[in-house]
Amino acid sequence: MLEQADSTVQAPQADLTSQTSAEDFEPRIVALFCNWCTYMAADLAGTSRMRYAPNVRVVRVMCSGRIDPQFVMHAFARGADGVLIGGCHPGDCHYQEGNYKALRRFRLLRRVIESLGIERERLRLEWISASEADRLRKVADEMAADIRALGPLQLSIPAEEFRNAEGAGAEIPSPEIAGETAAKEVAVP
Amino acid sequence: MKKLAYYPGCSLSGTGRAYDESLRAVFAALGEPLEELDDWNCCGATSYMSIDKGKAYALASRNLALAEREDADLLTPCNACYLVLEKTRRHLAESAEMGGRVRHALDAVGLGYAGVVRARHPLEVLTQDIGVERLKEAVKEPLKGLKIAPYYGCQIVRPYATFDDQYHPQTMDQLLKATGAKVVEYPFKTRCCGASQTGTLPEVGLHLVYRLLNEAKARGADVLAVICSLCHFNLDVYQSKVRREYDLEPIPILYFSQILGLALGVPAKKLGIDRCVVSATPVLERRAAHAA
Amino acid sequence: MLRENGFGSGPTSGGKTNGAPVNGDPPIRIGVYVCHCGTNIARTVDVERVTEKAGELPGVTIARDYKYMCSDPGQELIKEDIEELGLNRIVVASCSPNLHEGTFRGATAAGGLNPFFFQMVNIREHASWVHEDRESATDKAIDLVRAAVRRVHHHKALETRRVPIKPEVLVVGGGIAGISAALTLADGGKHVYLIEREASIGGHMAQFDKTFPTLDCAACILTPKMTQVRNHPNITLMTMTEVVKVDGFVGSYEVTVKHRPRFIDVSLCVGCQQCIDACVYKRGKFEDEFDAGLSMRKPIYLPNAQAVPQVVLIDPEQCIQFSSGKCKQTCVEACDRDAIFFDQEERIETLDVGAIIMATGFQTFDARRSPHYGYGIYPNVYTALEVERLVNASGPTGGEIVLRDGEKPTAVGIVHCVGSRNQKSNPWCSKVCCMYSLKLAHLIKEKTDAEVYNFYIDMRTPGKGFEEFYQRVASEGTHLIRGKVASVYQQADGDGELLVDVEDTLAGMVRRIPVDMLVLAVGLEPRYDAEEVRRTFNITCSGDGWFMERHPKLAPVDTFTDGVYLAGCCQGPKDIPETVAQAGAAAGQALALIGRGYMELEPNTAQVIAEDCSGCKTCIPLCPYQAILHDDAENRAEINEVLCKGCGVCVAACPSGSIVQNLFEDTEIYEEIEGVLAYA
Repeated sequence: MLEQADSTVQAPQADLTSQTSAEDFEPRIVALFCNWCTYMAADLAGTSRMRYAPNVRVVRVMCSGRIDPQFVMHAFARGADGVLIGGCHPGDCHYQEGNYKALRRFRLLRRVIESLGIERERLRLEWISASEADRLRKVADEMAADIRALGPLQLSIPAEEFRNAEGAGAEIPSPEIAGETAAKEVAVP
Repeated sequence: MKKLAYYPGCSLSGTGRAYDESLRAVFAALGEPLEELDDWNCCGATSYMSIDKGKAYALASRNLALAEREDADLLTPCNACYLVLEKTRRHLAESAEMGGRVRHALDAVGLGYAGVVRARHPLEVLTQDIGVERLKEAVKEPLKGLKIAPYYGCQIVRPYATFDDQYHPQTMDQLLKATGAKVVEYPFKTRCCGASQTGTLPEVGLHLVYRLLNEAKARGADVLAVICSLCHFNLDVYQSKVRREYDLEPIPILYFSQILGLALGVPAKKLGIDRCVVSATPVLERRAAHAA
Repeated sequence: MLRENGFGSGPTSGGKTNGAPVNGDPPIRIGVYVCHCGTNIARTVDVERVTEKAGELPGVTIARDYKYMCSDPGQELIKEDIEELGLNRIVVASCSPNLHEGTFRGATAAGGLNPFFFQMVNIREHASWVHEDRESATDKAIDLVRAAVRRVHHHKALETRRVPIKPEVLVVGGGIAGISAALTLADGGKHVYLIEREASIGGHMAQFDKTFPTLDCAACILTPKMTQVRNHPNITLMTMTEVVKVDGFVGSYEVTVKHRPRFIDVSLCVGCQQCIDACVYKRGKFEDEFDAGLSMRKPIYLPNAQAVPQVVLIDPEQCIQFSSGKCKQTCVEACDRDAIFFDQEERIETLDVGAIIMATGFQTFDARRSPHYGYGIYPNVYTALEVERLVNASGPTGGEIVLRDGEKPTAVGIVHCVGSRNQKSNPWCSKVCCMYSLKLAHLIKEKTDAEVYNFYIDMRTPGKGFEEFYQRVASEGTHLIRGKVASVYQQADGDGELLVDVEDTLAGMVRRIPVDMLVLAVGLEPRYDAEEVRRTFNITCSGDGWFMERHPKLAPVDTFTDGVYLAGCCQGPKDIPETVAQAGAAAGQALALIGRGYMELEPNTAQVIAEDCSGCKTCIPLCPYQAILHDDAENRAEINEVLCKGCGVCVAACPSGSIVQNLFEDTEIYEEIEGVLAYA
């Protein structure tokens, strides 16, 4: 069953790399921001009309402590070239210490992704408070530039295997459904 | 205390010899004799910098690289050298482009510069590393009765105020007070000495010199203490010219290190006191007689 | 090994996003609304293209763009579509959810849907306002909309939670901001704890002489307010008190306060001051803080003549009894009321309140940090606060403006913007200095007939009657010199005369102006401990260190922490009327909260799926609110929904994926991640 799925799942990966030539490569960065600090900083960057790289797509969670390492793995598996985690500064967590949990997971996660052949620069954790719009701008620009220099994420193992690693030990999505998702993505014009 | 490599610069082996002699004597008297940086070269001063920045930074950075090889900081008494070296250090740290060019140039002569060397002025080293207390303890002949106007000049606090206040520097005041002398309130302590305008625009330059000297006189100073050989040159050598234009009593100009040396009991001869154009001897003798 | 660190449940699936029924529910019918926000969004984002793309997404029944979605017709559009097209999910792409999530949830509810079948997309703050390139901003907006559409499939009907609000309010700081807020709340029938760090309320305003531009006497208008505070049955006033800890949350904060010992029993002392006369110190020996150090007081003293409470205190650092233990204690003998207690100790108390108003004020810029103005070097250089005390009839000179030697000044310079509008000190404009400098110019001229020179960068008089006051002062003959002062120094031979070197930009020349008194118009800055205080109350500071409001326009007195409001200069420089207005607004917000009696909370709590829980207890120590308990009988975790604040830490950590968080279910987040990545 897994082998069956492999062929379908690999399709979008191959497709992605072929469509992005080195020159016009624009990294896709998924940003997981906590609601109280970093999301607010992104709002402030907006109201202050700061300009930063358009590569970052923000997904909001209440606390950086809510960020399941699998969110990150999943983002990489689905084509993210980088993942940025944003939380409150140590001591400033709206929920007291969720950001410390995020830090712990991040440290481990960085080791895991490196062992999977993903460069460490592709995953970044930043403490950005609600008033630090300028810092957000700087981090977004830096990360976009760093990843542009690295080039698109090339998984050294087949995507499906990667996804299995990602869900290691947990319930693996049934190949049919995974295949269906992948197929649908390809079909998007 | 990180090791210091003494970088006298060109003027201390020329017009500023008294500064060189007195500094060496003071550091020796404090038990920290100076070791000169081997094979140092011109800092580039202001002229090189305004003609070719790349070459100017490369030139200055060679001195930083030499010090880095010895794991030392540079003891830089000349205000101009201090500013150029500090500017170079900062610029190379900020500009990756210039940093790359300079490293390339250094590489060609087998040197490297990682950016850990600081230029340090004797005022900073004496107040922060050696400390005013240690100086006080070492004073053998307190200069009681001598009134000094402390004059810092521009480049030591502008644009970078690294170890002292930009508007109201205090380090030299502290050192001079430690000798037992009286430091007069001198509000012009960071104003312009005329720099090279004494040569190019004498009417402007000489007026600036006059203002500084006149103010020191008005504040009751017996001598004016300086920390830069260009300041010394302008205020000392041009005094006779100034007095042709303005009504002014002569006032001797001494390097702060000469004054410290006197207090530490170093013979005047070894401090180059007699090298001054406006002789300081009468003032010093009067003070000694008065104190005795 | 990894599991403990949160490698929990895998993504459930991406396969349910095609509009097909979920578990036999009716088909998903999504309405997507893309807002132009006038031109705020439309200028940079091609809203038509975003709408077109949204229309092609699975499950989307209708996609529209509209000029202003937050307007009534915009909201009406949502309601009508729900009714006419049978929509059961709503996505609005407009501004930040912090601004209008409530609005559109309301519109969704008005159309007859559960408000949580709504998802908001931020394409203004996060796209149109931060990008210039139309193409990439539009692409980003499309991605964000796709993510929301995929997410909203999985939304569930939820109910908001209500927490009751305790009716008591804590006001921190007893300056004019805290006093005004406390009185408003107390007049509204709510009980207020007003706490003040110093020994008397009144704050900076109590030190001022006149107030600009009307020149009414500060004490005359402030003292009655202070007295009202003391007498108000609904106000518990606590001076020499500081907050040390804040626990709890909106509606039920538990605030731990520390009362510093005053060594006087407040309930016994009547303020007769006989103890002060009797003190073994015959004259004042210590700098009087209220007089900005211009007069001397004894170790036992009344904070100031108008102090509330009108009670003396002892400074243990200065009193001989404390240093030697061998004082004759003449003060104790003199006190008829036996109110002096040398053994008073620090006392801790806990206050239960529903809301908190921060009114902690400002500090003035320390002029020593700009030494070229000569403060601390030349005796006749003063700060404006010192001159306020000199001008004041109850001040150290009885209102006489005199130099340190007792002589009247004949020429006075006033330097504006000291510490303000300067990259080396504080970059901001302190807002009140131009006006108070003009006021001081007027008062000095009136009392001494000296020549007065105001050195200003720009004359900023934006307020009612301000410009007129400026004209008046100008017509009185005050010299107004536009330019920065370069340096100040004392004449060599003069008797303390100061020379001010200044560029006169209007005359186009550099001037040297001799004065015998120089007044530095020091700016306002956050208090030295603002950062510490902010942490205690879990609020935010903006980059410059002032407390940060929730929204600069629409929530200027709220903070990001529900139930904590801001009043006065702790949020930024303000004059007195603005401070009073803001205090009223903060009190109004607190009253609204209390009046409603409850607070609606986001239903974003977590729950344990009992049958999946293995009872491993990983989650239990992670919860900062102790909301998770272990049911020993069933061997599984249980979450107390009342205590849960919805951070989701436990959800991410659960090894078996058996904890779910409402509004932030794993599936919803996975869909969002996939949505932003599925580039068209």
